[in-house]
Amino acid sequence: MWKYLLKRFLLMFPTLIGVAIVTFVLIRVIPGDVVELRLAGERGAASEEVIQQERARFGLDQPIWKQFAVWIAGIPRLDFGTSMWTGSPIWDEIKLRFALSLQVAVMATIVAVVLAVPLGLLAALKQDTWVDYAVRIFSIAGLAVPSFWLGILFILAFLIIFKWLPPMVYTPFWVSPWQNMQQLIWPALAVGYRYSAVATRMTRSAMLDVLREDYVRTARAKGLVHRLILIRHALKNAMLPVLTVIALEFAFLIGGLVVTEQVFNLNGIGMLFVQAVAHRDYTLIQALVMLVASIFIVVNFFMDVMYAWLDPRIRYR
Amino acid sequence: MAINTRADIAPATADLAPSARWWAAVRDFARHRTLGAVGALVVLIMILVAIFAGPLAPYDPLAVDFGAMLTKPGGAHWLGTDAFGRDVLSRLIHGSRTALLVGFGAALLGATLGAVLGVGSAYFGGRVDLYLQRLMDVFLSFPLIILALALVAILGNSIPNVIMAITVPMIPRAALVIRSSALTIREMPYVDAARAAGFGHTRIILRHMLPNVVASYLIMLTAFLSQAILAESSLSFLGLGVQEPTAAWGLMLRGAAVDFAEAAPWMGLFPGLSISLAVFAFNLFGDSLRDALDPKLRTL
Amino acid sequence: MRHRGSRILSSLAVALALTIGWMAPAIAQDKPRSGGELVFVVPSEPPSYDAHREETFGVIHPMAPHYSTLLKVDPFDKTGTKPVGDLAESWTVSKDGTTYTFKLRQGVKFHDGSPLTSKDVKASYDKIIFPPAGVVSLRKSAYRAVEAVEAPDPQTVRFKLKWAEGSFLLNVASPWNWIYKADILAKDMHWYEKNVMGTGPFKFVEHAKGSHWVGKKNADYWDKGKPYLDGYRAIFISSSSAQVAAVRGERAHIQFRGFTPADRGSLVQALGNKITVQESPWDCILMVAMNHQKKPFDDKRVRRAMTLALDRYDASKNLSKIAIVKEVAGIQVPGTPFATPPDELAKLAGYSKDINASRTEARKLLKEAGVPDGFSFTFKNRGIPQPYEPVGIWLIDQWRQVGLNVKQEVIEASAYYPMLMRADFETAMDFQCGFIVEPDLDLPRFLADSDANYGKSGDKVLDDLYNRQARATDPEERKKILRAFEKRLLDEEVHSLMTLQWHRIIPHSAKVKGWTVTPSHYLNNQLDTVWLSE
Repeated sequence: MWKYLLKRFLLMFPTLIGVAIVTFVLIRVIPGDVVELRLAGERGAASEEVIQQERARFGLDQPIWKQFAVWIAGIPRLDFGTSMWTGSPIWDEIKLRFALSLQVAVMATIVAVVLAVPLGLLAALKQDTWVDYAVRIFSIAGLAVPSFWLGILFILAFLIIFKWLPPMVYTPFWVSPWQNMQQLIWPALAVGYRYSAVATRMTRSAMLDVLREDYVRTARAKGLVHRLILIRHALKNAMLPVLTVIALEFAFLIGGLVVTEQVFNLNGIGMLFVQAVAHRDYTLIQALVMLVASIFIVVNFFMDVMYAWLDPRIRYR
Repeated sequence: MAINTRADIAPATADLAPSARWWAAVRDFARHRTLGAVGALVVLIMILVAIFAGPLAPYDPLAVDFGAMLTKPGGAHWLGTDAFGRDVLSRLIHGSRTALLVGFGAALLGATLGAVLGVGSAYFGGRVDLYLQRLMDVFLSFPLIILALALVAILGNSIPNVIMAITVPMIPRAALVIRSSALTIREMPYVDAARAAGFGHTRIILRHMLPNVVASYLIMLTAFLSQAILAESSLSFLGLGVQEPTAAWGLMLRGAAVDFAEAAPWMGLFPGLSISLAVFAFNLFGDSLRDALDPKLRTL
Repeated sequence: MRHRGSRILSSLAVALALTIGWMAPAIAQDKPRSGGELVFVVPSEPPSYDAHREETFGVIHPMAPHYSTLLKVDPFDKTGTKPVGDLAESWTVSKDGTTYTFKLRQGVKFHDGSPLTSKDVKASYDKIIFPPAGVVSLRKSAYRAVEAVEAPDPQTVRFKLKWAEGSFLLNVASPWNWIYKADILAKDMHWYEKNVMGTGPFKFVEHAKGSHWVGKKNADYWDKGKPYLDGYRAIFISSSSAQVAAVRGERAHIQFRGFTPADRGSLVQALGNKITVQESPWDCILMVAMNHQKKPFDDKRVRRAMTLALDRYDASKNLSKIAIVKEVAGIQVPGTPFATPPDELAKLAGYSKDINASRTEARKLLKEAGVPDGFSFTFKNRGIPQPYEPVGIWLIDQWRQVGLNVKQEVIEASAYYPMLMRADFETAMDFQCGFIVEPDLDLPRFLADSDANYGKSGDKVLDDLYNRQARATDPEERKKILRAFEKRLLDEEVHSLMTLQWHRIIPHSAKVKGWTVTPSHYLNNQLDTVWLSE
């Protein structure tokens, strides 16, 4: 097993490098660059010589492989460069926003689990009854409603019905938990509800799976007390695929907050990413993509660890 | 864990003629899995509306009419008009065409290409599997919206380009699911036996692997359909998808619909409902399909 | 007799007392009150802190209060075209108009306590007009007439021009020409890109990226008694619906750029008389650039047909309900000194009140030029909701009325400018936002050698007219030449096509006083005259 895990661990690196290369090339293929945008926005006019001058300053006139080499060389020193749009170090730009997005992602995951596990369990135990149908409709509705539409409805509801508005400025949790919660609970609920959909269905089908096993059927025939023990036992076994889904969804959440942050006006990395693309801020885009990809890849690795530990039958070539 | 699709659905009709058997299966599905049948019906209606959009729509979806700006639903305009006096109902009907075109296009392309990669990867194993897996991993690490965003920025935002932009992120996801399905077949002894007997790769893939991944493929397809429709509307909302003056649901939720959300809520309400309904229907159908084909199937 | 006289007198006295008593609260309300923090929302954040190299309002709105300029635009003038002194107490112009001498105020201090002298003004203007290598000065070309900047003594700054320029004073009143400290510039020309040190009414407190910007009152400001506010807080919110929600929820007092007509409607409806709405024509306009190097747009009959097809007056009525456009305009913002009066404007092609006659002529011209009915071409537009999208939809509909079948291709905002530079279009939405309404600033883009002349229209006659008006010092003479310029540009040759002037709508909390709307969202942001009522 250890050989397998070591192989999986080592495989993370080529994947990360692959992501770096693809990102690097992809964004440079998009027309327009940061210099043109800086110097020609609303007024629509700038001189060619000034543009060339600034391009040289950012090293944008160098061949692609050279730019890549310069960037990669900085990574081991944890120097991700400076933002091409503001000139500030990348970590300065990201840190506050990352804290916000991370918090929303964690809160949304908690909401998703709190919704999914009991509901999935319920639906599995009462399969094909109206309870099952109700749960399935409720959870699919979470998937179906576009999150940006939900967000618009939220804001309107606040203003018109409650005549109240969530705080506009982000206060970190350790500074003022109450302020912080007032702002972040709403996107967490919207996103969490959405992601509970998949987790609910996973829980339900995993539970159904386990409940069909022979030992469960026998225990059922034997009576109530055994049933209780078995539910606990079945739950434990059903947890594996559920945990898989939750871990996967969490990684997607971080990147997938783009539209939600737009709607709830959150200053997170989703919003930062959209701005960075609009500004063609290559260094910032690269750093953000690497951040999200790394989280995804690391989470994937831990999933492999879990699988290998819990089910020794699984072996990939 | 072999998957036996036929036995589960309609054991009692195994001796009927094929067409009658199929019809019986559908009836059975409708009776036992009502939710899914409702979903399927809604999907069917939507497809019909999209096909017959021209004759069905009361007005030209592009016709600007300043005299009828922001009129309430009722009377001449059943669902009201938007900021340009364009009929909301007509724009919804034509929007279904865009949604389903992009949805089906991206989902089918993505699912099929991904399935091909997944089966190939599982069957050939070894180096092929390793490299393909890495490649898929790289693209999977990009969240869907982000990859689609970048692709639209490069390709531009005509309908074919938007379809491309949504297809590409779907391919690795499809490959992952199909590969794990196909892998379970790969382990079966009869594949090795077939190889030993001298059957060609193509034959083995077509006759043994493919039928067994069909179930996963179909289920995944319905999931992709709903994801593609949502992705298209998100892209349009962000201003990166289909562009004005084309009628598209996500596009109708942007700009004036938000500005006038209070004064003219019908502008944003109906497109939002349409998107939700479409995604809902596809999901219901897919959900029940999965239950029907194999309740034991592990899904993503 | 005497009793009646005294009774008349006393009743007059009573009447007078009552009148004064009645007016007193009104007068008291108009007297500025000190204190309070102004909270406003800003749609975008400053990329760097140096205004000499930036051109986004994201720099001006949060940062202008930290700085002073030599001259500024009168904050109470609605047309935004009257220069008054900021750091300059007075100035004189030589007889031939080539030497401008400014006398600086005494006792002005930077926020670190050091005094401001003419060498700071000279160093700042040298950076703007004669930037050293590696330093970007975005508006350098507007000062081509300047030969040198001198500081003969600590209180005097002198500008020597190569030729007399009628717009020079207004040019110096530019909101971007912040006066920096000479000592700092001598050590590091790039220091101001990341730091703040000015002489303005507010001192810098903090900038939390992506979140907010805070400034506090400069107790040593040269204008004693000002600023009235204790401080201000600029909150960065990019989503326009969130901005409106902030003003509506009374979390923010004002947004200095502009809201849509729908926003105005919902704010007025929700807050009633707690909201004051100020409006003005905006110094921004969308134009249609036609690529003179692509058929059939090289034929001026086709271009003329395209402008004749547009019913600008009808659009002014209707589009202004849903988009931030309104006024029908030529080359200058309506209501400003050099704008053409409406009845004269109506004589130009496309500005006639008889739209049917115009469209008939348009169809005739197209036929003459060999353009078939139903002719199809692409119109490229920027992917921004207001007002690009609505104006685009309107244009396409109007052109449809003369038998032109136009396909819109929307280019993402960031990729738009490169597309224009490459002249990779048949027709495209062109745009201009000025910071002061002045022909020398608004018109250079139509010149043959301008980088912003995307349609590549080379017209020597136009260039000549421009140069003549730039050197004319008599305003009436200038107006005559400008009318000729406008006629050539929009009527005879139709090098460009004006749509509607943007319309600036600022609904703000009624507590905000002392701020007057102008056509430019780059002006009047120093906040020294702003105060909050109870």
